Amino acid sequence: MRPAEIARLSAEHLWLVAIAVFAAVVIAAPSGVILTRHARLRRWTLGVVNVVQTVPSLAVFGFLLPIPFLGGVGKTTAIVALVLYALLPILRNMVVGILGVDAGVRESAVAMGMTRGQILWGVELPLAFPTILAGIRIATVTTIGTATIAAAIGAGGLGTFVFRGIAMADTKTILAGAVPAALMAIAADEALGWIERRFSF
Amino acid sequence: MAVLVEFRAVTYQIGGREILQGIDLCVEEGETVALLGRSGSGKTTLLKMVNRLVEPTGGEVRFEGKPVTDWDPIRLRRRIGYVIQEGGLFPHATVAENVGLVPKLEGWREERIRSRTVELLEAMSLPAPVYGLRYPRQLSGGEKQRVGIARALAADPPLLLLDEPFAALDPVTRFEMQQRFARLQRTFGKTALFVTHDIREALMLGTRIALVKEGRLELMARAEEFVQARSPEARAFLATLGGGPPGESHATR
Repeated sequence: MRPAEIARLSAEHLWLVAIAVFAAVVIAAPSGVILTRHARLRRWTLGVVNVVQTVPSLAVFGFLLPIPFLGGVGKTTAIVALVLYALLPILRNMVVGILGVDAGVRESAVAMGMTRGQILWGVELPLAFPTILAGIRIATVTTIGTATIAAAIGAGGLGTFVFRGIAMADTKTILAGAVPAALMAIAADEALGWIERRFSF
Repeated sequence: MAVLVEFRAVTYQIGGREILQGIDLCVEEGETVALLGRSGSGKTTLLKMVNRLVEPTGGEVRFEGKPVTDWDPIRLRRRIGYVIQEGGLFPHATVAENVGLVPKLEGWREERIRSRTVELLEAMSLPAPVYGLRYPRQLSGGEKQRVGIARALAADPPLLLLDEPFAALDPVTRFEMQQRFARLQRTFGKTALFVTHDIREALMLGTRIALVKEGRLELMARAEEFVQARSPEARAFLATLGGGPPGESHATR
């Protein structure tokens, strides 16, 4: 439990979170836009994603273990599970943000002869941006927490200390994982919150 | 005078309900037509058919002699200025960016957009050096409305559509805006079609008034004839004027 190991596992943890959140954004952004255009598809998709969210994270890691390609022991499985968790807040905020654009603003955009693409990029996404960012912020903070559990299936990260500490009944070792994870979550929350405020209108 | 907008036997139904039935109406170049009616009379639906925000379920609407369904909707809309309550300004864009929006979409050069924006803001008594870089949230209701009108005029469209443009303003600001708009109409001479539920506004700004009642065109008359109209709905509106005999002091044109 030397400082060097804390640093290494923190970096590994951050890496897991970064990849998972990035992948979730890549999946959620286009899906979110599509969902704003189709009410029925939206209800179904958000419903399914909601259910995934309610399954305990340890169980999801367990379910994924026997699945070929996506599952097994290691980082890939962990990232797949983390993406599933990060998806909901990002997707939901994406949809809420775009649908929340003022009706008068949208109507005048159409009436001024903007194309659908121009309205999406020039009006809907900029106005939804703070809400979308809030979703990414929630996803990031929760993923930092959930990622500690990923150590249970050998994904590494700060959870390694937590599980080792539990096994050895050693509070100091648990804290060596828990404290950096908590600090990471606070830092991410503050940083993304700052960006969010800068883009609010 | 040439007919700019023409409604031919226009009907509109939604969910089995008749919103508009058999509307025939022409707007000639240079005139300002007021669509007057109670809330829910269908007047806004009628207005929105011109720039295809709503498609009629029967009949047709023509703009510049061509059915609007034959127009590319984007081209059509860029030739028609549109003003709504509170302006519908983009909250994330500055006043100057809002005004320069359609010219920018139309691919004008930067200097031309800038000079046009400055010119229009001046015409609205919103000097560009003071107001150009503000955001809509920093403006009063009347200022927002003026920016909305400037934005609608930006690409010099042959037609303006206004949907209860001054309804959200306080009475004093509303009166000032109406006077300003009347002056503006005298300078720019734009053809305009506007929706209102305020007879005073219709008489003040409209060269002709189309009275819409329960989805039908009840009456179409010049402002000075309207005050003499016998139709009960017209009388009902005129009765709201109160004070002296209607028409003497209010029909300003």
